[in-house]
Amino acid sequence: MSIEARSITKSFGTFTALRAVNLEVKEGELVALLGPSGSGKTTLLRIVAGLEFADAGNVLFDGEDATERSARDRRVGFVFQHYALFRHMNVFENVAFGLRVRPRRERPSTREIRERVHELLRLVQLDGMSERLPSQLSGGQRQRVALARALAVRPRVLLLDEPFGALDSRVRKNLRRWLRQLHDELHITSVFVTHDQEEALELADRVVVMNQGRIEQVGTPEQVYHEPATRFVYEFLGDVNIFHERAEDSRHGGIYVRPHAVEITRRPIGDGAVSARVQRVHVAGPTVKVELVTEFGDLVQAEISQEQQRRLALTREDAVYVRPNESRVFSEDYSI
Amino acid sequence: MTSASAGRDWTLADVPPPPRTASAVADPPWVRGLLIGVALLFLGLFLLLPLVTVFGQAFSKGIGVYLDAITDPMALAAMRLTLLVAAISVPVNAVFGVAAAWAIAKFEFRGKSLLITAIDLPFAVSPVVSGLIFVLLFGAQGLLGPWLTLHGVKIIFAIPGIVIATTFITFPFVAHELIPLMQEQGTEEEEAAVSLGASGFQIFRRVTLPNISLGLLYGIVLLNARAMGEFGAVSVVSGHIRGQTNTMPLHVEILYNEYQGAAAFAVASLLALLAVVTLVVKRVLEWRMGRASRAL
Repeated sequence: MSIEARSITKSFGTFTALRAVNLEVKEGELVALLGPSGSGKTTLLRIVAGLEFADAGNVLFDGEDATERSARDRRVGFVFQHYALFRHMNVFENVAFGLRVRPRRERPSTREIRERVHELLRLVQLDGMSERLPSQLSGGQRQRVALARALAVRPRVLLLDEPFGALDSRVRKNLRRWLRQLHDELHITSVFVTHDQEEALELADRVVVMNQGRIEQVGTPEQVYHEPATRFVYEFLGDVNIFHERAEDSRHGGIYVRPHAVEITRRPIGDGAVSARVQRVHVAGPTVKVELVTEFGDLVQAEISQEQQRRLALTREDAVYVRPNESRVFSEDYSI
Repeated sequence: MTSASAGRDWTLADVPPPPRTASAVADPPWVRGLLIGVALLFLGLFLLLPLVTVFGQAFSKGIGVYLDAITDPMALAAMRLTLLVAAISVPVNAVFGVAAAWAIAKFEFRGKSLLITAIDLPFAVSPVVSGLIFVLLFGAQGLLGPWLTLHGVKIIFAIPGIVIATTFITFPFVAHELIPLMQEQGTEEEEAAVSLGASGFQIFRRVTLPNISLGLLYGIVLLNARAMGEFGAVSVVSGHIRGQTNTMPLHVEILYNEYQGAAAFAVASLLALLAVVTLVVKRVLEWRMGRASRAL
């Protein structure tokens, strides 16, 4: 099912969480809402779920206005950051909940419920755990129970609020890969909220970058990473250097360069090379990180390969030249 | 990260031996001994001794007098009234307490802090004053007195007054117990339930109520103990009519004032027994709640 949010505005007291936000999610898509905390991404997700109501604007499912429909009637699967499992129910009962609370006419038989729950537990690889209480599970297992519970009611849309936020990084990466596979199997329209750009870029079909209650850019991971529409998107999606090629540049915003796109040479080569002094060299890790200060006083972080470092043999206080290989300039009218 | 990598550089032999005391904040044995001794002495003097005395005095004239005292028609009437009052005020306050705690813990609304303060009022006011408030409201010379007399409704010096006063006094127990519990639990489970299609009543019965059940039971146990034992407020509104408006605590006072010591203590021993049972139930619930919260 497709989702459309039209000019959604929402404030909490004096804080404006969303300012006339428009969002479209196509049928079967996996979309990430990416932004720093306070950017309004969770609020937008909760408004789509019906857990929160917008001050203005509409939510449409398959083109049909669902703004006034309660969360109960939206048939939306919602996965919470802290799982929100029913603490007094075991895994089986948690997953069965959505089926048991149906009106008597629509409620499946006990046997059907049992089959459906076990089918879902197999899907999330927790079939042997049905008697356990949530407190007896690890974080990753709890999140998978939460997912099975949300899927049990055959939702038309799956919404996930920071689904991996409370997990450690190893479990996070495994679960991320697994969620992508699951989405490719089920093709359920899904939206997830994250503040981790790596997670958004790796997992989503399209990324929606949000900041201060507004959408900065919508695009594929490649688009938002390589063609950032605004300075904010550029800065949020990776490490960034801002530096100046000429003294008069300092009046402008400067040039935006990612550390891996900074070229370091012993001699000045070509246009745009700026002299710089090496301040620090970190050789530990897959790449070598070099900190430099340019002649205009900009601090620049560069990443070069181990092989380049062997060739250049950079040490502290070396005088070198730096040049941006791929860079962007943002006009000044946009302020962060 | 740094500490983990640094950890490889030294071996266990470099670690200084642990100090002899179990923890850095542990006091020397004589301080602990003194503190425990003082606490136990105080407990024995002010709590255990009176309890033993109550039972001692109750049986001082023999078991016959004891049985006579607690099977006396007036005593039985007092017990019936006490049970009746508890049977009304306990459920009323349990329902009110859950409703108030639910409203305070799960919603944001204007006047919320006022409601929290209002709930505490009965704890802040002396019970005698609470009783007087109702006399001033419903008494013959009170605010609503003339209207009530006109319609033949008797509240003060009658059972309704006792029920109202008891309900007022005991009204914070359940809410007090549940508000912090429900605030800590938050609303996420309820939100999960509603997104799964549960109705308001289903959410309450299947999610909220099971989550608060132990806390609720704990509150009800304390509420019941107070409802049966309340003296001050009830004394003001009851009128002490024997066999009609005497609750157990009031009956004990009357017997005592009439120099029927053994009989007074016999009835008092029943209240003391209630206290002991309450403490045991309370302890068991605390233990189970501790287990439930540790399990999270």
